[in-house]
Amino acid sequence: MQAAFDALFDARVGSSPQAARARGASCRGVILFALYTNSMGRVFSVPVHFARMESGRAGMLAQLAVDNLLQLNPNGLYCPAGDFYLDPWNPVERAVITHAHADHLCAGSKSYLSALPCEALVRARVGVEAAIESLAYSEARNINGVRVSFHPAGHILGSAQVRIEYQGQVWVVSGDYKLAPDPTCTGFEAVRCHTFITESTFGLPIFRWQEPGETLAEINAWWRGNQQTGKASVLFAYPLGKAQRVLAGIDSSIGPIYTHGAVEKFNGIYRESGVNLPATQYARSAPPKTDWMRALILAPPMAKTSPWLRRFGDFSTGMASGWMRIRGTRRRRSIDRGFVLSDHADWPALLSAIRGSAAERVWVTHGYRAPLARWLVENGVDADAIEIRFAGEQESDAAGEVEA
Amino acid sequence: MRAFADLYAALDETTKTNAKIAAMSRYFGSAPPEDVAWAVHFLIGRRPKRLIPTRDLVDWAIEEAGIPEWLFGESYQAVGDLAETIALLLPSASATSDQPLRYWVEERLLLMRDWDDAARRESMIEAWRAMSDRQRFAWNKLITGEFRVGVSQSLVVRALAQASGVDANVLAHRLMGDWQPTADFATQILAKETADADVSRPYPFCLAYPLEGEVEGLGNVHDWQIEWKWDGIRSQLIRREWRTFLWSRGEELITDRFPELASAGALLPEGTVLDGEVLPWKDGAPLPFTQMQRRIGRKELGARILAEVPVVLLAFDLLEHNREDVRERPLEWRRAELERIVAAAGPQSHLVASPLVTGTSWEELKSTRDQARSRGVEGFMLKRLGSPYRVGRRRGDWWKWKINPYSVDAVLIYAQPGNGRRASLFTDYTFGVWDQGELVPFAKAYSGLTDDEIRQVDAFVRNNTIEKFGPVRRVKPELVFELAFEAIQRSPRHRSGIAVRFPRMARWRTDKKAEDADTIETIRALLPPEP
Repeated sequence: MQAAFDALFDARVGSSPQAARARGASCRGVILFALYTNSMGRVFSVPVHFARMESGRAGMLAQLAVDNLLQLNPNGLYCPAGDFYLDPWNPVERAVITHAHADHLCAGSKSYLSALPCEALVRARVGVEAAIESLAYSEARNINGVRVSFHPAGHILGSAQVRIEYQGQVWVVSGDYKLAPDPTCTGFEAVRCHTFITESTFGLPIFRWQEPGETLAEINAWWRGNQQTGKASVLFAYPLGKAQRVLAGIDSSIGPIYTHGAVEKFNGIYRESGVNLPATQYARSAPPKTDWMRALILAPPMAKTSPWLRRFGDFSTGMASGWMRIRGTRRRRSIDRGFVLSDHADWPALLSAIRGSAAERVWVTHGYRAPLARWLVENGVDADAIEIRFAGEQESDAAGEVEA
Repeated sequence: MRAFADLYAALDETTKTNAKIAAMSRYFGSAPPEDVAWAVHFLIGRRPKRLIPTRDLVDWAIEEAGIPEWLFGESYQAVGDLAETIALLLPSASATSDQPLRYWVEERLLLMRDWDDAARRESMIEAWRAMSDRQRFAWNKLITGEFRVGVSQSLVVRALAQASGVDANVLAHRLMGDWQPTADFATQILAKETADADVSRPYPFCLAYPLEGEVEGLGNVHDWQIEWKWDGIRSQLIRREWRTFLWSRGEELITDRFPELASAGALLPEGTVLDGEVLPWKDGAPLPFTQMQRRIGRKELGARILAEVPVVLLAFDLLEHNREDVRERPLEWRRAELERIVAAAGPQSHLVASPLVTGTSWEELKSTRDQARSRGVEGFMLKRLGSPYRVGRRRGDWWKWKINPYSVDAVLIYAQPGNGRRASLFTDYTFGVWDQGELVPFAKAYSGLTDDEIRQVDAFVRNNTIEKFGPVRRVKPELVFELAFEAIQRSPRHRSGIAVRFPRMARWRTDKKAEDADTIETIRALLPPEP
């Protein structure tokens, strides 16, 4: 893979003069991008860091390690000074994990380090054989001279921003995050840093969330309305995080709540972690003549086309996701109701978090990274769009079941 | 405007026909008549002429949202709908308007036509600020005129019928033609009895379904009237009170476009309505439809184009005779009277009775049908003898029995995102065929794939982009599709030298590789001989 990378390495297309200018005379590195084609024929770009050869090889390498505390290589975001990866997409020796969603947590690594409330979720995802360690929020661990600590990201249970400090340079990898209140996880805390790597799933100003309480009230009203017309209410929500956030927020006195197995699995872990969720029943073990008409059924989006749904008879469908903000995505899914509820930061929250980090430099990843990076640059922030995900573009929910 | 915005949201929220009808029926039953008239007007797809240039609307929205223009562009690309993009980008609403729909349309929207730019801008920004999120979206939709809310005219008719108790066929007729959205109109339309005053009003067109299964399933061949299926502009020619009107099926009054037929109207008896196809026609045979397009595209019809591309009305039905609605009379009766009327108009009238095709068995007709291509028609129309002229598309009495379309295997080479429901998915494709080892663009197609297939192709496009030109992606030539189309013509305007009619994706040929796709030579062989 590395050989392929080197062979196809092709300085391109556009460096980042803005970034270079911002760092001025002391600038050691200029971000260039290489177009990289993997074996699947997918094309993506990675930043490559060059240093000026002026202070001798040893000096250069030391400076390089500070300037580029994190680098991209074919396994993911790598910290050379500490010899560990952040949310690697291939199995590695040592993985530091922001949160337990499948696109951030790849099974098969030798060891995992996560925030304490994330540990049980990591274990459920990667199996018991792996060496899994965790740290309480704000507690630090020294890895080969690099100080690593976890800070709440407010995304889902146990989600963290990872703070990395080495020779006075501080980098923060946000993972996914939101600023809106969520009773199922610790709220986002701003962490000051030199370089902030932010997500940008919803990095366009069209994405503005209403208060979560308003959306939850809409879900309650829809559920009640369905009861009146004799229909079950099937709500699709991402099974880890979103489903529990809905559960914790809705009015459970309206009727019984049933779950798909994928949701119930994580409900158990949430409850064991001390998150207060209303009672739920696993739908598959419900008795044959269950009256579904009063029920809310929580299911993962992928169950939408499953024959599993037939048991509920006449039902209305809803989906809770940030993508529901756009009418086209709502209609394309042919669901009856879309509820705008996201575990990601909306546009104002992204800007506010970036401001709160006080970072000199911002790397923007995922989703609408290019527009957010450009907006930041035009507003005086040294920013670059980078893609650190292997699965190609995720500009929309087109790939199917992207968590949002 | 509050009730209308709620109606719009309710229609938008559901995919279920009955829920849409119920929402409209509630609105029609409770809104003031002038609002009902405007709502019907917009819901069935009528719109005022564009009152505000899109460019201005976008500029004002950008200004009000406080974002740079490029960011508006990125947002629009993600949303795929201008009205919605603007509604999503405006600062959060802090007000809601109690003014009725009539006020916003008649006293704001329509008046803007006469205002200067500064006044329009001020009025628009003031309107946005006065409205809730929902209202802004509905308002933007009124202005941009792209309603796309999954409501057809027939659903509106059913909702009106439910709200008023008037028969749906009567309502469908009342909604035809050139009416003005006024309170009087709404009152008339919902009244149990009205004197239908509009002399120009056409009847709802009777439409055919494609034949399902084998033709033998229709029973005895002698129970059917058989005609060629002409590819023209379906129209009604109306003669009432010494005036002539030609209406297209899209309910456009096109009398001025076809002066030949405007004069032909004068040869009809008072109180006559003919149904037929307007066709470019010379020496007793149709000209290719591309000739018609030359004519349609022109603002001024000079003597030369009128001589080069004359048209006729190929009449196949009689809906009104001696001022009487004869749609309930049996087909044979209507046909006999039609022939009499056309014969009386004379051979120079530009009226032709659609010739009947005879055959003693379906077998015999199948071989006759093979002449369709050389005759420039699309196949047969089969109409049940004894049947009335029905409203809209119904199964049972009228069938189109088309010849199989042409088909070729072509390679996906470019893709771009669709609009509306398909925004941010790559759904609009350009296909190429081989020409001396190179793929040349041959046709564009947008339809024919399932949602699931679209998602797969979309993922392919994202992961196999070679080049980007704005929204257009050049992709690795890998996926092969069978394209079907109806007709093929030489065209100097296309790079391949060929233009096809109604291309669509018939099948995703996952069994084929790019090199197995067709060549331009095999496609040229399908062309009609050079004139």
